[in-house]
Amino acid sequence: MANETNKLEWPLWEVFIRSKAGLDHKHAGSLHAADAQMAIENARDVYTRRMEGISIWVVESKNIFASDPKEAESLYDPANDKIYRHPTFYNLPDEVKYM
Amino acid sequence: MKNKLFYILEWADNTLILGQRLSEWCGHGPVLEQDIALTNIALDHLGCARNLYTYAAEIFNGMDAVDRSECFASVAFQRNVKEGHQADEDDLAFLRDAWDFRNVLLVEQPNTDWAYTVARAFLFDAFNYYYLTAMCNSVDERLAGIASKSLKEATYHLRWSSEWVIRLGDGTEESKTRIVEAIANLWPFTGELFTATEVDTFVEGLGVDFAALKPLWEQKVAEIFDEATLEVPTGVWMQSGGKTGTHSENLGFVLAEMQFMQRAYPNMEW
Amino acid sequence: MVDAIHGDFEQKIANDITIEPRDTMPDDYRKTLIRQISQHAHSEIVGMLPEGNWVTRAPSLRRKAVLLAKIQDEGGHGLYLYSAAETLGVTRDELLDQLHSGKAKYSSIFNYPSLTWADMGAIGWLVDGAAIMNQVPLCRASYGPYARAMVRICKEESFHQRQGFEIMHVLAKGTEVQKKMAQDALNRWWWPALMMFGPHDSDSTNTEQSMKWRIKRISNDDLRRKFVDVTVEQTKVLGLTVPDKDLMWNAETGHYDFGAINWAEFWNVVKGNGPCNKQRLEARKAAWQKGEWVREAAMAHAEKRKARKEALVAA
Repeated sequence: MANETNKLEWPLWEVFIRSKAGLDHKHAGSLHAADAQMAIENARDVYTRRMEGISIWVVESKNIFASDPKEAESLYDPANDKIYRHPTFYNLPDEVKYM
Repeated sequence: MKNKLFYILEWADNTLILGQRLSEWCGHGPVLEQDIALTNIALDHLGCARNLYTYAAEIFNGMDAVDRSECFASVAFQRNVKEGHQADEDDLAFLRDAWDFRNVLLVEQPNTDWAYTVARAFLFDAFNYYYLTAMCNSVDERLAGIASKSLKEATYHLRWSSEWVIRLGDGTEESKTRIVEAIANLWPFTGELFTATEVDTFVEGLGVDFAALKPLWEQKVAEIFDEATLEVPTGVWMQSGGKTGTHSENLGFVLAEMQFMQRAYPNMEW
Repeated sequence: MVDAIHGDFEQKIANDITIEPRDTMPDDYRKTLIRQISQHAHSEIVGMLPEGNWVTRAPSLRRKAVLLAKIQDEGGHGLYLYSAAETLGVTRDELLDQLHSGKAKYSSIFNYPSLTWADMGAIGWLVDGAAIMNQVPLCRASYGPYARAMVRICKEESFHQRQGFEIMHVLAKGTEVQKKMAQDALNRWWWPALMMFGPHDSDSTNTEQSMKWRIKRISNDDLRRKFVDVTVEQTKVLGLTVPDKDLMWNAETGHYDFGAINWAEFWNVVKGNGPCNKQRLEARKAAWQKGEWVREAAMAHAEKRKARKEALVAA
């Protein structure tokens, strides 16, 4: 899609926001900006108008590599039968109340 | 008290008129993200103006009747004074005529295009940043409080407008031509930023030493222009008059639009 | 089992599993989404114009600030929606080209003029009210990015309708002329607001398929009836009169019966014959064209800066 109109279009960025101390940055949305600094500032203006954030990450969308949904079964199903990774798999005597 | 009132109005009118000008962009920006950014800045200015007008109105209401009747010329304002109405933020914004506005000429200049808007914002923001920094030390706690809140916003405004001056100066040939023209045409309005009026000299300790802000401003402008590959204009004749109520033709039109509702439907709640 | 990982498109839709950008989806589903989401995005940014008219003339500083913040939100909502559409493999510039060329539609309501300050009240109360009613079910739309954008939008919009109603309320309880202004605005915006829900279900070409795909959850007529029921009660609080002589409570159905909508007007406004179609589109095009050199300059500067940095690293 590298036609004339798109040559001018500012790149797309993905925005991640930490909403308060102690929490992870979470995907908030995307926006267009000419450079990283502008992307941060635009993210501040677009996604934190209502005190939604205290820290912003931006990454140009084209730099995100995503897993293929077609491979989802082979990627995620094998974890299904490994229930021994979960604490509820283990039987404890009733006397032990918390562990 | 009158000097204090007028000093606050110099500040308040700057932010109201610039906020009004910037709000004209709302819905017409060059790209959605910047439309939103500009509106944020307009809202900051408007918020600052409201805080200041509220304080100014309190001071005005506390003055004696003779002093009050001598502050503002407009008939609507005079009538309110005579009838004993308490003034509020809206009276100060909507009932004064141009000669009672004390903003600098710079902020009433039209938006023209993105380059003029950016240049006007930058020249003012650089001033406003140092002005507010100094105002944080005002002996008047209320004003110092408003200044320190606004300073955070102004720091961001200055960053935004500095970056745009750099982008336009060091962007394309067209953007350079446009920003050079905008700066050349707005430059004559920058001298007034640092000229103290009679009012300013009467409020020592409460206000700032305007002349002392000039070198700081010049340094900031030189630094950003350098990065933007722009020349600092020299030997320019400076316009002045805004701070004492002698405005450019622009302000009358700004007020005609802004004050229309209060003039057509006076003394109503909205 | 059908979940986010297992099952084909039809199975996921049938089981209310959200479809995400890289999942396989029928071409028509993608096209329908792009059309609907971009129309919605265009409506947001064109919708900034009739209210933008009054920013510089707002009657008080408080109203000015609120109105500015509201219009700014609409810009934000347009942005969220364009972003959602972009996950479907179309760029924002392409979508804007479609708007500017007249190929894409936007909500017809914005082709009506905002003539008095009371219109800011009526738009917030009726137009945003109708929009919210349309939008809340979309928070559960089958396409993930769209649904998430709608959640954010609905959350932010909750103040929009309130500020509109507040404006109407102050006017309706104000002086004679203010009350007249409020009634006049209600008269002009009532029917266009009802039209916002789209044609009758029997005449709506897209409804059936969109319901099947769960892009649409509640039919046009059902939403419209709900809007009338709620809004008529609010009108009573204001002490204003709904401009519909056929409006009557129907105890049998538990809903209001209301008069016939002027569909000839509706379709004409859609086709471009509304009072402001031309101005609105011209304003959008002008903003875009006047902004071209600005967007170009920012890009050129970013590239220069990048090149300088790379040269520095190389050296």
